[in-house]
Amino acid sequence: MEVSYYPGCTLKTNGKNFEVTTLKLLEKLDVDVKELEEWYCCGVTFSQSEENLIQKVAPIRTLVKAKEAGRKKLLVLCAMCYNTLKRAVKFIKDNPDKRDVIHDFMDRESTKYFGDEVEIIDLLSLLKLIGREKIREVVGDKRLNLKVAGYYGCMLLRPRDIAIDSETNPTLLEEMLENFGLSPVYFPFRVECCGSYQILNNSDFVRKQTRLIVSSAIENGADFIVTLCPLCFYNLDEVQKEIAEEDSAFKTIPVMYISQLLSIAAGISPEINDFNLHSIDPRPVLREKGLL
Amino acid sequence: MKRIGVFVCHCGINIAGTVDIKRVVEAVKNFPGVVYVEDYKYMCSDPGQNLIREKIKSEKLDGVVIAACSPTLHEKTFRNTVSQAGINPYNCEIANIREQCSWVHTNMEEATEKAIRIVKSIVAKTLLDESLVPIKSPVVKRALVVGGGIAGIQAALNIANSGYEVVLVEKEPSIGGRMAQFSETFPTLDCAQCILTPKMVDVASNENIKLLTYSEVVDVSGSVGNFKVKIKKKAKSVDYEKCTGCGICVEKCPVKVPNEFDRGMSERKAIYTQFPQAVPNKPVIDRENCTYFQKGKCRLCERVCPFGAIDFEQEDEVIEEEVGAIVLATGYELYDVSNMGEYGGGELEDVIDGLTFERLLSSSGPTSGEVRRPSDGKVPKTVVFVKCVGSRDPEHHFPYCSKVCCMYTTKHAMLYKHRVPDGKAYIFYMDVRTAGKGYEEFYQRAQEEDGVIYLRGKVSKIYKSDGKLIVDGFDTLTGRKVQVEADMVVLAMAIRPSSGAEKLFNLLKVSTDANGFLTEAHPKLRPVESLTAGIFLVGCAQGPKDIPDSVSQANAAASMISVMFSQDYLIHEPIITGVNEDLCSGCGICVAVCPYDARKINREKGTVEVNEILCEACGACAAACPSGAAQQKNLTDRQIISMIKAILEE
Repeated sequence: MEVSYYPGCTLKTNGKNFEVTTLKLLEKLDVDVKELEEWYCCGVTFSQSEENLIQKVAPIRTLVKAKEAGRKKLLVLCAMCYNTLKRAVKFIKDNPDKRDVIHDFMDRESTKYFGDEVEIIDLLSLLKLIGREKIREVVGDKRLNLKVAGYYGCMLLRPRDIAIDSETNPTLLEEMLENFGLSPVYFPFRVECCGSYQILNNSDFVRKQTRLIVSSAIENGADFIVTLCPLCFYNLDEVQKEIAEEDSAFKTIPVMYISQLLSIAAGISPEINDFNLHSIDPRPVLREKGLL
Repeated sequence: MKRIGVFVCHCGINIAGTVDIKRVVEAVKNFPGVVYVEDYKYMCSDPGQNLIREKIKSEKLDGVVIAACSPTLHEKTFRNTVSQAGINPYNCEIANIREQCSWVHTNMEEATEKAIRIVKSIVAKTLLDESLVPIKSPVVKRALVVGGGIAGIQAALNIANSGYEVVLVEKEPSIGGRMAQFSETFPTLDCAQCILTPKMVDVASNENIKLLTYSEVVDVSGSVGNFKVKIKKKAKSVDYEKCTGCGICVEKCPVKVPNEFDRGMSERKAIYTQFPQAVPNKPVIDRENCTYFQKGKCRLCERVCPFGAIDFEQEDEVIEEEVGAIVLATGYELYDVSNMGEYGGGELEDVIDGLTFERLLSSSGPTSGEVRRPSDGKVPKTVVFVKCVGSRDPEHHFPYCSKVCCMYTTKHAMLYKHRVPDGKAYIFYMDVRTAGKGYEEFYQRAQEEDGVIYLRGKVSKIYKSDGKLIVDGFDTLTGRKVQVEADMVVLAMAIRPSSGAEKLFNLLKVSTDANGFLTEAHPKLRPVESLTAGIFLVGCAQGPKDIPDSVSQANAAASMISVMFSQDYLIHEPIITGVNEDLCSGCGICVAVCPYDARKINREKGTVEVNEILCEACGACAAACPSGAAQQKNLTDRQIISMIKAILEE
């Protein structure tokens, strides 16, 4: 299988571990991943204004590049980028008039993007496509004795027409953990909002959410929380540290990108991670479990 | 050439408002074969029908075209009218200039032009109509009722009491159905068993009812008036002639399995009667769980039976019954709680469905009517009831309203408060629908007298924390998030058609709606008939409904069947698709496409034969026949071509 790859800004900086481990993992699963030679900011959030077309230009430019790259699928790891690009595709497909306006504006590009040429795919759906058998072939029958709380966040599940799974009762993440020989923990706050950008102007709310999500994962016996969204990662990881500094009774749990754990399960050395990017250091737990 | 009269109806302004009647009348006068044209305000009224009869006589008409509403409405009416005046009714045709013309157009000019063409084509058809005589077929005056719940029981009793034989088939070891599992019934709070069991006993003692429990319908052929039904009687492993129902075998049987009747909250033996008031009150051996059938050893029941009634050698038996009509009363089941992962369905033991709660309330249930939660048997001090779970949720589950949950949840909360007066009962609801006699008063009573707390909003999730079930919801009346710490949660799960029923429906070729419920022939005027003649629908197989509605439907179906059986012959429409043996090569293409098994190849003659009683004139064979040998009566290829010509003619 071959896919194009769109990293987005965070995966080259704070979210580097997500990128590094995913690329190694997919290599092991015989997926040929090629990063787009030229890409732009995804647009960060999907503009809710249908008339403000200039905000749609950034994702469409990226899609044009993906189309030119010639591969049928575009892997987008960051949940926020996935959401923005996927909705831009839908927008341009559903609104031919506005698509024409955007095309007219983008006079530097010779390629036009209509909506169906490249399929935007997230990591979980790609792993599903690769299939359980192939994964078992790489991972083997061993189980890691790791209890993992899969945290979906909102960007992969909403709105419904671009969602990768049910927004109230998804199972895809847990299914993948299971496929990789990890033990999924179903905890009630796995689709709760992390607080998102409220971290900028209402950080108390994010603290409340983080406390809720983290405590619930611990209460249900998890060793790790995994996520696919850099913003969720930040809110759960960094904010946890802040809470812990103020409240000594608060128990912490390391937060990882899902690929960090899946790659370990697939026999890839954890050394490729830069653990300095974690506020709650996962190394003690990894050591305790004999994985480091 | 025929002498055709055309009668154009105004239908008040329904037609005349969009179609210029005068112009239609003028145009029609010149059609070949038309000798008389008249219009009238309401052709279906008495004076209208009189007018038609008079003109048939005075103008010596032998064909009539009524330009009016759809033939599904008044074709029968007008065919009766013309036959009273001596014309063969099949020489009367309807030109539909209402539903297919005036109602769907606004431009008078165009609608009038279209109406003229419609009338013209029907005149062309009528010119070639043959005189036909209805086909008579004898009726087997016996009915089959599938399903022995309250709807099936009621239908069977009524038909039997009208003097006709009934075969009642029930797949479980006892009749009684869901109602037998209920505790009390709304809005009167009378005990379900107390009102149901006398009827069950009546079934057993009624000489006209042949009761086949632990049985399933496996094949059906034939058609209205003359169905042949194959019924599999599953081996009960007990000789009911010898068995007295003493119960010693049940007592001694060493195997314990979860009791389905109590929704798994109690245990039953491998040889068991379903519940104490079961009819017949005799046991069956569940072979899947019987030690002897699984491992070849035990036979303890045989040793203790004083009557030698245990029969391990008994085999499934398929019997054949002939019946004239079939009542489908296959009932419902609840959408499984495991479909509600966000509510912990299937994971959290104390998150249960409504039927399970009925068993907890029932005096014959696993807790003898004390409300004790499944996980640890403690009396729950706070119970949350959630309505519309799976229902009214087109995006995730089902779009329809399950209809009975508003009332039974109110009843549940009320009964809980009666049993646990210091307990708290919360009901999360989207709407409270209490359309029914005494229902609204019942709901008011629950709030005012029993202090049940109603919260308008949906529940987002249910999870366990510190031994409590945390119910996160939203109160849309105060606009606030609500969190209730509950000891038990009861989900009013969506009502679904019984899972085994789909196979039977396919076998019978009866149609179902998008949700799997049986479709009635007409939603208002033929609510208990299916589109397939002779098959009737009652109870929850047709859609969610409460006991009074199920009983009313059963009464209605029984009365329709009694009317049918009161005649010696059934009249079948003569519009069927025959075979022109001179043209037929016996290729059998039509046999393959016939959905009613009405056609078969006669090897000796080398042609196809038609069973006219089975033919429903769908026309599939006529369309498929490569040689034009299959021709539908009064809708022959010649007629269709002449109709098309008439429509296209300038």
